[in-house]
Amino acid sequence: MAHITASVYTSHVPAIGAALDLGKSGEPYWQPLFKGYEPAKKWLKENPPDVIFLVYNDHATAFSLEVIPTFAIGTAAQFKPADEGWGPRPVPMVEGHPELASHIAQSVIQQDFDLTIVNKMDVDHGLTVPLSLMYGQPAAWPCPVIPFAVNVVQYPVPSGNRCFQLGRAIRRAVQSFDQDIKVQIWGTGGMSHQLQGPRAGLINREFDTAFLDQLIAAPAALAQKPHIDYVREAGSEGIELVMWLIARGAMNDIEPGGKAPRVAHRFYHVPASNTAVGNLILENA
Amino acid sequence: MALDKPYLDVPGTTIFDMEQSRLGYHLNQFCMSLMNAENRERFKANERAYLDQWPMTEEQKLGVMARDLNRCIRAGGNIYFLAKIGATFGKSFQQMAGSMTGMTEEEYRDMMIKGGRSVEGNRVVGEGGDAQAKRQPQGTGAGRLI
Repeated sequence: MAHITASVYTSHVPAIGAALDLGKSGEPYWQPLFKGYEPAKKWLKENPPDVIFLVYNDHATAFSLEVIPTFAIGTAAQFKPADEGWGPRPVPMVEGHPELASHIAQSVIQQDFDLTIVNKMDVDHGLTVPLSLMYGQPAAWPCPVIPFAVNVVQYPVPSGNRCFQLGRAIRRAVQSFDQDIKVQIWGTGGMSHQLQGPRAGLINREFDTAFLDQLIAAPAALAQKPHIDYVREAGSEGIELVMWLIARGAMNDIEPGGKAPRVAHRFYHVPASNTAVGNLILENA
Repeated sequence: MALDKPYLDVPGTTIFDMEQSRLGYHLNQFCMSLMNAENRERFKANERAYLDQWPMTEEQKLGVMARDLNRCIRAGGNIYFLAKIGATFGKSFQQMAGSMTGMTEEEYRDMMIKGGRSVEGNRVVGEGGDAQAKRQPQGTGAGRLI
């Protein structure tokens, strides 16, 4: 039986990818950020998954305004790093896991979440920056990745509770997969940031700290937070944080009798470009 | 029956909802075309001629040519789409976001290093914060991407 061993949460700021790709990670501006991720990288090396189920959002890359799926699961064998306008990031091809992805799609749709199935898709910084932050710059990504794209660009986006319940369905889907493999679920995006208008540059450390506290200890209550609270308190792009609730909903303690997870790592840093960066690792007990 | 839009009173912020998306469809789809290197070169060679291939409004075309991202957003643009324009000219997200505040690149970068913009006074239209309409522009920048 497959099972979810841990959930990893991280921001996916494009400038972080650019800093790594251009060899700027040692600069004073970036040093505290990359240093803060060192324990997470070490943890990942010691706790390697067989597959990563990576929740992220596409930033007008694979999905234009022609088609806007709320939840899309990547079932392909490979996903190419996209040219977002600056040229493609020099990172390895992302290998998928079609067998598990198809299994999850079938199971989750049967649990009433109407996923869009994507057999061809380029992946943008939303997916590749978390891999870079957690793995550095390897010649190939160490394990297959199932991309799971959530619409948080075109309003209305899915509610926190919808995301949280979806996470529970994903957990059930993984547990009904016959192979004995370890799956990590990653929730990415956030934390507080706003990229548009005269209010651009908004950061709310107090909100972010409370979000992390509640994500760890009271996720079901956190899932009830309405969109407008994210927009007002964490900035218009801070809404990406609803994606963290998908990963959190897939943890054991959400179900009756499940034990609270262990906090393996927690880190927070301001700024990376326009954004507050958060990183959290929760291990299933 | 009115739709529920509780986000309309957030200062200095335009939520890209169904209405904005409808207004900005061709503007945003033009931006998507810049994800192709050849198209980026064609656009740079003659912006007006390239824009005229799209059924955009004149206001949208002028907003793009002026690199005025606030103007583009008012006309239905979304920042993730508009970012392709900035990318075409090698601009970062920080340069793009900063351009909408009226600050120079350096002023905006300094604000971020000091911890970013405070939410105090910037939650609801009519409070006293620096993102409020009455306090624009915020710095000595051009108010557009240069």
